[in-house]
Amino acid sequence: MKKYILTGTLAVLLTFGGLSVPALAGPEDVVVENAWSRASIGMNRPGAAYMAIRNTGDEPVTLIGLTTPLAMMPEIHETKTNAEGVSSMSPAGEIAIAPGESVALEPGGLHAMLMRLKEPMTEGDTFPLTLLFDDGGEVTVHVPILGIAARGPED
Amino acid sequence: MRRRAILGYGAAGVGAVALMLFVGWWQVDGPGGPEPVGQRPMALTEMDFRLTDHEGNAVGPETLIGRPTMVFFGFTYCPDVCPTTLSDISGWLDDLGDEADEMNVVFITVDPERDTVEAMAEYVGYFHPGIRGWTGPEEQIARVADGFRATYERVPAESGDYTMNHTASVFLFAASGRFVTMIDYHEPKEFAVPKIRRALEEEMEGAT
Repeated sequence: MKKYILTGTLAVLLTFGGLSVPALAGPEDVVVENAWSRASIGMNRPGAAYMAIRNTGDEPVTLIGLTTPLAMMPEIHETKTNAEGVSSMSPAGEIAIAPGESVALEPGGLHAMLMRLKEPMTEGDTFPLTLLFDDGGEVTVHVPILGIAARGPED
Repeated sequence: MRRRAILGYGAAGVGAVALMLFVGWWQVDGPGGPEPVGQRPMALTEMDFRLTDHEGNAVGPETLIGRPTMVFFGFTYCPDVCPTTLSDISGWLDDLGDEADEMNVVFITVDPERDTVEAMAEYVGYFHPGIRGWTGPEEQIARVADGFRATYERVPAESGDYTMNHTASVFLFAASGRFVTMIDYHEPKEFAVPKIRRALEEEMEGAT
């Protein structure tokens, strides 16, 4: 299984996978861009991380989970706001990404919810977050931690 | 000559119909239309609740009368919606500049069990300095939500903790306490800032 370390701050990332056999879908075809997260206050509150996940391959890929040394329960969650303006949040389950498509984890929608932090998220640090795919592949992203009031990756 | 006159009347007629349609739309569905009945928040002057701000001061709806007011509900254990809205609000306030100093901006928790005065103080400290954090006993929070026609609900999370579903709109009131309008969750700045200006301008009209 190949495993790549991607730097989330760069808009264009190195993907060695582009050199591999194109017919096989897998993490080598997955590009993660613009990863960012917000600093936490202590360790009791859950954190959230955001990024764009792009499938550059010819086959669909399915994101099935997350792991990180930062949190005991990292999970993709989705915020929904109904017609009455009430927001709720729930696990998003598996996320299929069609060939050539990308999925945005962004405020108010999908996000990597980091439950049960093992250490505080400190502004200026980065942490590794590994995306797990259904074919057993994984992609690790280094996510920069921005300020609590950050609005996007460029803040 | 005559033909030109008919054309002229025709154009004027089309213009008049268009104007009537526009006025009708404005009053019924447009910005001049009434808010849906039952969902419209009460005026601040009709509300009655006692809370504590993040500096430990006793506060209530009367604290807000005299200045335009922006109110948002949330909780500090909220990882996505609340920091996003508070940073949106911070951005709007930055855009308004000095005008923002004339407003009350209040973040009211729907999770008083975890959001103590100290927790609120630390949390609001990370956002625009104009933002105040209010908390209080559960039954008082319920009265606030009732007055605003806001809802909230405690939901167990798999982690063993709980999360809160809550109304994520931002409420705007005139200096008189009258409800002006709402800003929807994550509404773009180009729409949000003019709505805030509407609440600010209403204050001017009231003052003259």
